[in-house]
Amino acid sequence: MRGPGGAQPIVDLLLSEGRVPWAGHTAQHAMAEVYEAIKRARTALVFVNTRFQAEFAFQELWRLNEDALPIALHHGSLAAEQRRKVEAAMARGGLRAVVCTSTLDLGIDWGDVDLVIQLASPKGASRMVQRIGRANHRLDEPSRALFVPANRFEMLECQAAREAIAENRLDGDPPRVGALDVLAQHVMGCACSEPFDMLALFDEVRSAGPYRDLSWEDFEAVVDFVSTGGYALKTYDRFRRIVQLPDGRWKVRDLNVAQRHRLNVGAIVSPAMLSVRIATRRGQGGRKIGEIEEGMLEMLDPGDTFLFGGQVWALAEVTNLDVLVRPANDRDPKMPSWGSSKFALSTYLAKRVRQLMFDESHWKVLPTDVREWLELQKDRSLIVSEQELLLETFPKGRRNFLVAYPFEGRLAHTTLAMLLTRRLERMGVGPLGFVCNDYALAVWALEPLDGLDFGELFAEDMLGDDLEAWLSESFMMKRAFKGCAIIAGLIEKRFPGEQQKTGRQITFSTDLIYDVLRRHEPDHLLLRCARADAATGLVDVARLGDLLARIKGRIRHIALDHLSPFSVPILLEIGKERSPGDARETILAEAEEDLIAEASQ
Amino acid sequence: MNDVAPAFTYAFAASPCGGLRTAVGGTDVTLRASGALWLEAARILVVADLHLEKGSAYAARGQMLPPYDTRETLRRLAAEVAATAPAAVVLLGDTFHDRKAEGRLSAADAGALVALAEGRRLVWVVGNHDADGPRALPGETVDEIRVEGLVLRHEPQAGAQPGEVAGHLHPAARVVAPRGTVRRRCFITDGERVVLPAFGAYAGGLNVRDAAFAGLFVRPPLAGALGDRRVRAVGWRQLAGD
Repeated sequence: MRGPGGAQPIVDLLLSEGRVPWAGHTAQHAMAEVYEAIKRARTALVFVNTRFQAEFAFQELWRLNEDALPIALHHGSLAAEQRRKVEAAMARGGLRAVVCTSTLDLGIDWGDVDLVIQLASPKGASRMVQRIGRANHRLDEPSRALFVPANRFEMLECQAAREAIAENRLDGDPPRVGALDVLAQHVMGCACSEPFDMLALFDEVRSAGPYRDLSWEDFEAVVDFVSTGGYALKTYDRFRRIVQLPDGRWKVRDLNVAQRHRLNVGAIVSPAMLSVRIATRRGQGGRKIGEIEEGMLEMLDPGDTFLFGGQVWALAEVTNLDVLVRPANDRDPKMPSWGSSKFALSTYLAKRVRQLMFDESHWKVLPTDVREWLELQKDRSLIVSEQELLLETFPKGRRNFLVAYPFEGRLAHTTLAMLLTRRLERMGVGPLGFVCNDYALAVWALEPLDGLDFGELFAEDMLGDDLEAWLSESFMMKRAFKGCAIIAGLIEKRFPGEQQKTGRQITFSTDLIYDVLRRHEPDHLLLRCARADAATGLVDVARLGDLLARIKGRIRHIALDHLSPFSVPILLEIGKERSPGDARETILAEAEEDLIAEASQ
Repeated sequence: MNDVAPAFTYAFAASPCGGLRTAVGGTDVTLRASGALWLEAARILVVADLHLEKGSAYAARGQMLPPYDTRETLRRLAAEVAATAPAAVVLLGDTFHDRKAEGRLSAADAGALVALAEGRRLVWVVGNHDADGPRALPGETVDEIRVEGLVLRHEPQAGAQPGEVAGHLHPAARVVAPRGTVRRRCFITDGERVVLPAFGAYAGGLNVRDAAFAGLFVRPPLAGALGDRRVRAVGWRQLAGD
């Protein structure tokens, strides 16, 4: 649905002539200009893509803030109370700028915002229109926005997004297909409120867009799952959670089951969050300053400094559910997880970037250094047309690199790289590692990579057995399964009258259940759900499939004797990445080596 | 040097099967990657805390865990029996998750347990979850059993117990490294006694840093963490609490 068009937004692009960085996501080079833009505006919203970017930008702006402008920070890790304060100050008109993540994308109307600044990659045109819409709610006045690219590829992306917005061409998300775990929760909810008739409920569910293609077989499987767990081995019939009345309708077995369901309703499974607290002198947890994802923490060791809530902290200790920190004066804190945003570069925007890159007459809109970079790439390597895939191989140091530029987003690239490394291993090349960003992926090995059959390497059949084999042993499937198991009600997070966990609390982990179910009933509803979730949310299989189809027979390989201008940004990302989850056995082996070393001293 | 005892050095070696060979109370034992303990000289295979029918116990209370845990646990046990050809299999207690679990066994799973007793001794050491032992299944029911200087019982006893092999506590080791954290079931031993990991497919683990383990060991113990195909020896200092 599209409403009547208001005034066209005015979107400016910060060119930073002569200073556009090769790589990085911080846009540190442009902060002075961002600060000037804030000074000229009444109130500005500064959007970034990740919480760490938000922290970084906020700190940089305060360093420049000679006029002591009231600038605030807003992101999902901050304590709720702190966020409410910022929102209230904003509503009062008491702030000149707020640095924020997608937490402020939707739903908050602030008439006084007259400038939206997008720091780093916009990722998609529609998302940008949404963000720009935060400024100026009067239809007759244009909204104003400023795009600030953080590197050269982002310069292309920002320019492409700007043109798409000017042409009113938006990249719609593909329609969502309703997940069966969510449906299971809904069916249980219905049974808890009043008895339902299966046919009537089926029709009702199918009237909702995401479920319009739901089959009767799947619906029956979901109802069976809600009732007995839906296992092929029918041993739980006597434990049914929902039961059939004489008239055929279904209702919840008893009040206890209903109460437990109500305690566990919800379809958002957040990663394990730890409270960040200031360590007291006795080393205990003091005031809470916010929450942090457990995964983020794995990248930090005690003593490491990091930015949080606009300040630099040193990690003191991790206790059960608390992260204890102390204030630190470090001016150069360690910054984990740069640039990995959960938003993927949209398919439409990626296509426009590839078009812009191939169309030389178009380059004049770009700053000189970016134009020269494109010309150098054309000269030293290749620039390929929108439908083609550029593949470069070259030696660097003692390694040999393969760099591909699909422009399909980090998620699809990571999956592709995982599958490519499996294939390269089978071909006997022995890949040593890989790195991905939104634009490219690089794989390296000791052996030269230029003699390979690339058509075969990138063949679409990798989405068959290779994907299946990789997925089923990957930690991502276990993570997806856990989410589905919680949403569908197989695992309950909360129990009536729940007590604090004490000493010997033995619970089962979903990993154990996953392993057992995968061996004994690989087609169970929840495993199907987990596969579907992983394929869309975690690995972007659909997009990868489109990519492989697009480039079939259109791979342009060039063997270089050293690296190309385009490859510099992705090579600069090597070493910044840590891949959690796949190194577990190595961690154990290293612990054992330590012990052996200690024993043989 | 002063009068502090010198640091104890554990003797352990990897065995070809992926297990870890060490000594408990002077007796040679193999800690197998499955979580079973193997006494080679006596040809006895020991497994602890099978918790059979834990899945159906939860289902009875409305939580429909996959009903395949018993089948899976017995499949793993059968694989261990095939690999070692033991003269006796000792089930070290809490073999059933609860007192009614035996009655919920499927015919196929009950058959697998009967087959386990064919051609060898099957010994049921009783535990707190299954204090009476099996009702209809074959095998001997005992409180504890002594063999080759070792005493096999369900629950570790307080105080010095040289040669004690027990289960009950479901030990798990957590190793924290900059790249991530690994939590695995484990054996835990100080060379005097050993506590076995739970063998059951749905049995969870209790961190060996938990207070329940305090006082059991005369020196900082060694963990044998169950890796993918190997038991990894991990020193006490490497182990983190939860």
